Amino acid sequence: MAIPPRAPPRQRVVFTRIGVRRGFVASIPLWIGMLPFGVVIGVLSAAKGLSFAETMLMTTIVFAGAAQLVALELWTDPAPILAATIATLVVNIRMAPMGAALAPWLDRLRGWKLWGTLATLVDHSFAMAVADQRAGGRDAGYLLGIGLGIWISWVATVALGHLGGGMLRVPPGHPLFFASIAAFLSILVPLWRGARVDGLPWLVAGLVALAAHRAALPVPLPLLLGSFAGAGLGAWIELRGRGMPGWK
Amino acid sequence: MEIRLDVLLAILGMALVTYASRAGGYAVLRAVRPPPFVQALLRHLPGCLFVAYVTPPLLAGGPPAWAGAVVVIALQLATRNMAAAILAGVGAAWGMHAGLAALGWGG
Repeated sequence: MAIPPRAPPRQRVVFTRIGVRRGFVASIPLWIGMLPFGVVIGVLSAAKGLSFAETMLMTTIVFAGAAQLVALELWTDPAPILAATIATLVVNIRMAPMGAALAPWLDRLRGWKLWGTLATLVDHSFAMAVADQRAGGRDAGYLLGIGLGIWISWVATVALGHLGGGMLRVPPGHPLFFASIAAFLSILVPLWRGARVDGLPWLVAGLVALAAHRAALPVPLPLLLGSFAGAGLGAWIELRGRGMPGWK
Repeated sequence: MEIRLDVLLAILGMALVTYASRAGGYAVLRAVRPPPFVQALLRHLPGCLFVAYVTPPLLAGGPPAWAGAVVVIALQLATRNMAAAILAGVGAAWGMHAGLAALGWGG
């Protein structure tokens, strides 16, 4: 291939209502994947003694499932302000490189469109936006639309879990939990750029994450080590192949 | 419907560091143009992140999860329909889970 597959879009990046709507519609299948996870967070919040208002406030303004799960696991009364904040930071720091990777779109946005879109950024919207970008998409509204759709379904499923309390018991290991893995797998399919580009990096990412998980490293570490080992290898292969001077 | 002060402070702390994580990486990397290696690394990050996500739970899930994974990927490739792929995958995993339990193998 003569042209690198990920050349930034030539056309101007825009932000339209149609793009937001397209993203929102694209997020709907993911709602199935949110359901078991959101319900678990709602049930757990109730079990830890959080009121409905407190649970909704946390879910609405934190909007980060893995971090909420970790914070709720260590929740005490009175609330562990410092511990919950630190645990959340450790889990969510993985999102810092996402905004940077989306720069080709975000660089064209200003004001609330930029900082509001960033507030809705989650793993799914990030991956789907990158896939859309690579396919030549240039409507940054798509990213916000997915984020909003996931946010709404997240708040709704957590509310369901809190209100349902004991009625909706989803035990760990229930096959419904496969829904979130299924969502991640279906997102991975359009991200695949062929064995030559992604084969080794993806293999290494999975193996390192698995090894770190087996070594019982705490929650975000297997994820962070795996993704950076894979992405680092991919970058190294790419730059070496290009014979690009000037990288240290 | 009450919101206690200690709970409010914990939630605000969580919200603050989460927004800093979401917006901070972009804000920093906009001010400082990253070297080519970092740019290439960021391009590889999405795929690797999701692979790192799914690998441990997928292997721990055993045959039901593996069967579900095959169905999800096959349907996503064939139909490009995410809802169909996810639903069929969950159905396959659930069915196999129930089948194995009925046979007395785990579950």
